[in-house]
Amino acid sequence: MKSCLVVDDSKVIRMVARRILETLDFEISEAKDGQEALDACLSEMPDAILLDWNMPVMDGIDFLRHLRVSKGGDAPVVVFCTTENDMSHIVEAMKAGANEYIMKPFDKEIIEAKFTQVGLL
Amino acid sequence: MTPDDFALLAGILKERSGLSIGPEKTYLLESRLNPVAKKNNIANLDELVAQVRLKRSEPLLHDITEAMTTNESFFFRDAKPFETFENAILPNLLADRAAKKSLRIWSAACSTGQEAYSLAMILREMAPKLAGWRIEIVGTDISQEVLEKAKVGIYSQFEVQRGLPVKYLMKYFTQVNELWQIDSAIRAMVSYKEFNLLKDLKSLGTFDIIFCRNVLIYFDQPTKAQVLAAMSGILAKDGCLFMGAAETVLGISDVFQPVPGQRGVYGMATAAPATPKLNSLQSVAG
Ligand SMILES: C[S@@+](CC[C@H](N)C(=O)[O-])C[C@H]1O[C@@H](n2cnc3c(N)ncnc32)[C@H](O)[C@@H]1O
Repeated sequence: MKSCLVVDDSKVIRMVARRILETLDFEISEAKDGQEALDACLSEMPDAILLDWNMPVMDGIDFLRHLRVSKGGDAPVVVFCTTENDMSHIVEAMKAGANEYIMKPFDKEIIEAKFTQVGLL
Repeated sequence: MTPDDFALLAGILKERSGLSIGPEKTYLLESRLNPVAKKNNIANLDELVAQVRLKRSEPLLHDITEAMTTNESFFFRDAKPFETFENAILPNLLADRAAKKSLRIWSAACSTGQEAYSLAMILREMAPKLAGWRIEIVGTDISQEVLEKAKVGIYSQFEVQRGLPVKYLMKYFTQVNELWQIDSAIRAMVSYKEFNLLKDLKSLGTFDIIFCRNVLIYFDQPTKAQVLAAMSGILAKDGCLFMGAAETVLGISDVFQPVPGQRGVYGMATAAPATPKLNSLQSVAG
């Protein structure tokens, strides 16, 4: 079973994502901001990370930059999942080391398609 | 709608587009025809059926046929066929056509263009290898409305997320407000044309690859067989036919045979040249 860390400051979104990813056979952990996510990753790297952009304390892009320079931090497959839906954000995210990008709103089909594309399914 | 009304309309649909629907689809028929009635200033469905009975006006029948098509499509639908196209089928064809340097590909029920554009993007990625080649991608559909959308190439956020890798979105699309338009360079690789698969296919010329996906599924067996036979007449001897994930030629037509190891891909049953290739295909699959 693959593990996926769901990072989002909205409890509702985390729950929706968890439900979808559990049906796709992922073991889910959650974090509500980038700092919490980074702490979680430093203790154990997940296989996948579903990552929001705008969050308090540390946002998604900052988290990603920190992650990618951490030991073992190049391993997790990172899929952004955010309301930021313009090209400049997408390009910035991919440059920072994201593997895929989902523009909210999302549904099971989109998550499944994107996770398949990056080889997680 | 009475069973008689249903039978009348179902008969017209079958004749015009090949669509085969049973009485269990009465509800679907009604819900799709309500907007047609409205558009043609017809008060209700009874009135619409009465008009069809009375005068069979071509524009009205056209609208009815178009309203009953199912146009759902995604970029790189089912992923696998496009990988097969790129990695297993194309290399052989390119080798075979090295002297002629020309390739014709047909998206036979292209709907809003995602299939044709997926193929175009794959070929674009290989551009250096294809320098000097004349590659034609033809997209056809019975519905004028979807073709208009295909030509403009503007897709919703939802449509560009199902199947399209973000790297292609970045590379080949431009954002237009909340929508995404595929770049003119990719649009220019595909020519679109209104065409009914029940008509004589010969006018389209010969193709090396045919994508005929998720359309025969709506036809009855004899119609499927008829279209497949006609397609075999315009497919190059060593060409390939790609069908949808839920479709097969098996038990319907023996003009095509499955390409071993490649689900949903068919070659001509009579084609000797296709056979030596099967080994290399299998090795890719294995
Ligand atoms: C579900 S779409 C398939 C799109 C694409 N090939 C794919 O697999 O995603 C089916 C399309 O077939 C078209 N179609 C139905 N009957 C047809 C006919 N007799 N001739 C040409 N196109 C037809 C419809 O208009 C519709 O756009």
